[in-house]
Amino acid sequence: MTTLLHDVWTTVCRYTDLLPERGVCALVNGSQIAVFRDFDGRVYAVGNRDPFSGAYILSRGIVGTRGGEPTVASPMHKQVFSLVSGACLDGGGEAIPVHPVRLSGEHVEVRA
Amino acid sequence: MSRLVVVGYGPAAQRLLESLAERGYDGRITVLGEEPLPAYDRVALTSYLKGASAADLTYAPPAGVVSRLNSRVTAVDRAARTVTTADGHVEPYDVLVLATGSAPFVPPVPGAGDALVYRTIADLDDIRAAAGKALLSGQDDGVVVGGGLLGLEAADALQGLGLRTHIVELAPWLMPRQVDEGGGAVLKSHIEALGIGVRPGVSLERIEPGRVLLSGGEELPAGVVVVSAGVRPRDELARACGLEVGDRGGIAVDDGMRTSDPAVYAVGECALAGGQVYGLVGPCNTMAEVAADRITGGRSVFGGADLSTKLKLLGVEVAQFGAMEGALDVTYMDPVAGVYKRLFVSDDASTLLGGICVGDAAPYAALRPFVGKALPAPPSDLLFSGGGLALDLPDDAQVCSCNNVSAGRVREAIGDGARDVPALKECTRAGSSCGSCLPMLKRLLEKSGVDLPKALCEHFAHSRAELYDIVRVRGITTFSELIAAHGTGRGCDVCKPTVASILASLHSGHVLEGERAALQDTNDHFLANIQKNGTYSVVPRVPGGEITPDKLIVIGEVARDYGLYTKITGGQRIDLLGARVEQLPGIWQRLVDAGFESGHAYGKALRTVKSCVGSAWCRYGVQDSVGLAIALELRYRGLRAPHKLKSAVSGCARECAEARSKDFGVIATESGWNLYVGGNGGFTPRHADLLAADLTTAELVRTIDRFLMFYIRTADRLQRTSAWLEALEGGLGYLREVVVDDSLGICADLDARMARHVAGYQDEWRATLEDPGKLARFVSFVNAPGTPDPSISFETVREQIQPVLIPLEVAR
Ligand code: SRM
Ligand SMILES: Cc1cc2nc3c(=O)[nH]c(=O)nc-3n(C[C@H](O)[C@H](O)[C@H](O)COP(=O)(O)OP(=O)(O)OC[C@H]3O[C@@H](n4cnc5c(N)ncnc54)[C@H](O)[C@@H]3O)c2cc1C
Ligand code: SF4
Ligand code: FES
Repeated sequence: MTTLLHDVWTTVCRYTDLLPERGVCALVNGSQIAVFRDFDGRVYAVGNRDPFSGAYILSRGIVGTRGGEPTVASPMHKQVFSLVSGACLDGGGEAIPVHPVRLSGEHVEVRA
Repeated sequence: MSRLVVVGYGPAAQRLLESLAERGYDGRITVLGEEPLPAYDRVALTSYLKGASAADLTYAPPAGVVSRLNSRVTAVDRAARTVTTADGHVEPYDVLVLATGSAPFVPPVPGAGDALVYRTIADLDDIRAAAGKALLSGQDDGVVVGGGLLGLEAADALQGLGLRTHIVELAPWLMPRQVDEGGGAVLKSHIEALGIGVRPGVSLERIEPGRVLLSGGEELPAGVVVVSAGVRPRDELARACGLEVGDRGGIAVDDGMRTSDPAVYAVGECALAGGQVYGLVGPCNTMAEVAADRITGGRSVFGGADLSTKLKLLGVEVAQFGAMEGALDVTYMDPVAGVYKRLFVSDDASTLLGGICVGDAAPYAALRPFVGKALPAPPSDLLFSGGGLALDLPDDAQVCSCNNVSAGRVREAIGDGARDVPALKECTRAGSSCGSCLPMLKRLLEKSGVDLPKALCEHFAHSRAELYDIVRVRGITTFSELIAAHGTGRGCDVCKPTVASILASLHSGHVLEGERAALQDTNDHFLANIQKNGTYSVVPRVPGGEITPDKLIVIGEVARDYGLYTKITGGQRIDLLGARVEQLPGIWQRLVDAGFESGHAYGKALRTVKSCVGSAWCRYGVQDSVGLAIALELRYRGLRAPHKLKSAVSGCARECAEARSKDFGVIATESGWNLYVGGNGGFTPRHADLLAADLTTAELVRTIDRFLMFYIRTADRLQRTSAWLEALEGGLGYLREVVVDDSLGICADLDARMARHVAGYQDEWRATLEDPGKLARFVSFVNAPGTPDPSISFETVREQIQPVLIPLEVAR
């Protein structure tokens, strides 16, 4: 897990704002955080920036699985990242930051 | 520098020139051809009467070769090493290659001077003109003398020109060189069922105006007479300059294609090799390659050739391979279905000697490679199963007879990395001529353990076409249902958009409806194309490229007010770039209010139907190309497909709309429309093939409907129509059978599906703007909907915006 600069939970949206298997982007303390909900209802938070293109777009990627691991594919050039570890599963040694995320009542909270 | 002169510019000369280029021949090459055109595909000659142009048939002249057309060579001076043409030009040579082909043989009966022949494009022009004249004078009968391969093609052509056609054949049955009596009888019933008269066992006695007289006092009415009674090698030049020729014609050559003068070679139909003259293009090509190899210092030999043939004449499959007799034979005959198959085997029933097929040539591809070898299974099994494709071929078995490629050579190419049929075509030429060996190539790929990529991804073991059928037959409407029953895991960026496209083709309804929204690529998800900095482009539909000044002004105003970059696209419309997600709804609201709709630039769907100005303005136009382009674009807009679809309509043969580079292209003719399919620009450019000619608008639309629906049903993921057509077993002929002749009986279903698409179309942007639920996602930040993405910035270049990207190393 990445070093925590801000040790506070921020509410980003309601759980029902998240469509199953789709993401949204939240602005948390100046950082862009992509938040996803998977088919089984679990939530994940990762950095929104695609390390390959430099564009802030990962929240708009397609969510799926690879060998059981939940993933998001960059909409720019299709590299696939693990939503659990942030590692790029297509090689290249790149990774995206992973952020703690939790449900609090109806709300989704992220620490970033 | 060595000077090479080639006399005759037909397919054999063409292959010689190509092979010389491949082998790096660096001398000076001059080719002298008597016809007004460079070499063209004579095998496909008949298509010229069905709408193909001379240019369609013509091979690209190899670079660096000097060609003189309309130049008949009248003399060879072997001592001076020169050739002289009819117009007096003298060309010196160090090496001479005679590739003069054959001339049709016309029996010397009274009136023979009035007969037409069937060999060159000029002959076909003459036949067309004669048929037109005969029809005008009320003479609608045509007679073809000769019922061999070419005679049947000529009969097909005459019938296609509107003549009531009869075939006269000296032998007791049709195609005596390819089939036996039983096969001939089945063939005759097929031909008669097409309305062509067959008169075997009679000879031509005399041709008179309006009729032909036959042996036994018979006569047939005939406004046009075409004689196709065999060919004779054109060895007149060789004879005149004293080269050795055969007793029954043909320029004698050794196994290196050298004539009795070591400086002179002969290749193709004019050559007598191993005591035989060859009348098929496959051996002619092999001779050309051997000669090219010898000229460049190689040691190749021509060791004779397989005369097996597989043809499709007037819709009837006819095939013959190996010997036409044997100690034992097994025959399968179904007169009702019009099928006749016979295999010849050695007296101990262990070796396959040959076979004949009429009406169903399936055994041809499977069994031809086994000729002279041990039978792979009992002969009756081989005939009945038709299959036999599962058999293991020995390395020396010939797989492609047109290009003389063995199973071993194909395996070697697979070993060197050829992974699919197009790659095999590219590196071995196998499969690039008549196409009858394509099933075999596929089998060899599979047998060599190449996984012809069928599984879509780790979540589905099925191909896209199989998933399409599962969804269609089981009536599946959601991705979850499909993956639960037929896949594993939760999908990915490969299978989800594929299934989204299948669902969209089979069930109309909005692409962002319910669960479907999550399947879409970001482009479909935001109904716009993502750009390198995360902004999007906006491309309103401009059907046919026709747009009013008022609409142009609206586009200009929207672009100005939102500060967008504008560019005219290569698809005859306007792209507005640099819109942030949250700006898309506002931009589209103004466009929709002004009467625009989505251009689907983001979807695997119909893009544009380009048009030229056509007959409304252009002095050459023969049809209203703009009107048709608009009608087609409106008909197929929103149609989801395995890949994007592009089209164009040109108002005449000048082709200003570049229709032949499109998935389906239409070119106007005097009497209707020609439809071309499978064109592509892009990565692997391909000219579209003529699917059907001179269609009425209704016929055209129906044929396109079926073509598109058949493609959508059977293509792989992200396979453009060009690659799909290249890979389609049976190729263009098969496609024509399916969509024109309804050979699979699926046209009613294809028609109904297209009717449903047309009726169910709705503009995705309008529907999105009317639905607050769908609009909610158009924000940069879920917790700060009004805030633009701070990472997006622009600079000004040539008075417009351009994205500035944060350099990767700084941001990292
Ligand atoms: C805008 C345009 C270039 C332009 O400024 O003129 C364009 C732009 C793009 N083209 Fe194109 N193509 C454009 C005309 C063409 C043409 C010419 C034509 O259509 O007449 C071709 C060659 C013809 C063809 O497709 O056969 C063309 C061949 C491609 C290809 C290669 C396709 C192939 O079969 O190899 C791609 C990549 C792909 O689709 O996989 C592509 C992909 C793209 C994408 C979608 C790349 C991407 O993923 O970002 C570009 C995004 C467009 C956008 O954001 O709006 N574009 N592209 C043209 C839009 C036409 C339109 O009005 O819709
Ligand atoms: C309608 C039709 C259908 C066919 N279908 C098939 C098929 O399905 N399968 C198959 O294998 N084969 C088929 N063939 C046969 C195939 O086309 C020939 O085998 C092939 O064309 C032979 O090529 P070539 O170059 O040796 O001779 P040609 O094609 O005859 O070319 C010779 C060229 O040399 C020119 N020439 C001759 N003399 C001179 C001179 N003195 N000076 C200058 N130029 C000269 C001629 O005008 C001609 O252009 C078909 C032929 C026809 C006509
Ligand atoms: S294709 Fe023909 S009709 Fe169309 S603009 Fe060109 S010349 Fe004119
Ligand atoms: S056999 Fe004709 S292309 Fe292979």
